[in-house]
Amino acid sequence: MTLTRWQRPDLRNLSPLRRVASLRDDVDSLFKLAFGYLADPKLENGHGLQLMEGWFPPVDVYEDKDNLLVKAELPGLKKEDISISLDNGNLTLSGERKQEEKHEGADVYRSERWVGRFHRTVNLPCRVDAEKIKASYSEGVLTVTLPKAEDAKPKQIPISVK
Amino acid sequence: MQAQNPEGSYASPNVNVVETKDGYILEAEMPGVAKEGLEVSLEENLLTITGRRQPGPSANLLHRESNTVDYRRVFELDPAIESGKISAQIEQGILTLTLPKAEKVKPRRIAVN
Repeated sequence: MTLTRWQRPDLRNLSPLRRVASLRDDVDSLFKLAFGYLADPKLENGHGLQLMEGWFPPVDVYEDKDNLLVKAELPGLKKEDISISLDNGNLTLSGERKQEEKHEGADVYRSERWVGRFHRTVNLPCRVDAEKIKASYSEGVLTVTLPKAEDAKPKQIPISVK
Repeated sequence: MQAQNPEGSYASPNVNVVETKDGYILEAEMPGVAKEGLEVSLEENLLTITGRRQPGPSANLLHRESNTVDYRRVFELDPAIESGKISAQIEQGILTLTLPKAEKVKPRRIAVN
């Protein structure tokens, strides 16, 4: 008995490169089948596409003794286009970058910057004092300072050793 | 020259570039970079933009999505650009470069008598 490498008959005449291309087409069509209707800009009030490739600004979370700090990179926004809300221990940052029309009649060579809505939610690791939350926006970075609730702060209990 | 700054240690900022009849406008996203951390240099026809991030807060980091490295990107300029007149400004993390074309290469309408 001889062992021969099994090969799908319909792929036998394809070069390796063509096989990769064919795999890629298969994967593409699988995605279209599953998500194609979401990518239809006519649906979802024109925001359908963003379900597939939205703008997710990077968010960093820091903690010190008294505060949580949430920083989000949101270059080139206006303060009034950013909104911040706290609901049940979840901090939500959302907003929109509007398409600028200032270069009308210009030829576009590169357009890599995101335009449109963003929405990020951070599940806060401890309870915060909602009344004392502060936010600032500079150098295109939003910084939200959330003072920890009194009962969430680390406490040092002196124990005397006898 | 290039060996001093290996490619891997910089992040490439996202840019928009448009050409108008007067020149080019380049906008680069560099969140976290102040005016002091910005460097724009021109060598022959290569324009390099470098943005250094400010150090993060001294607090304990719980979660990080932002890039830790500085920004850098190199652009090859159209010879029509008048390099002496390039201007730059940065506002809320967006660097805007205005690259005007030299007078002699701007399209002109010539009246026919």
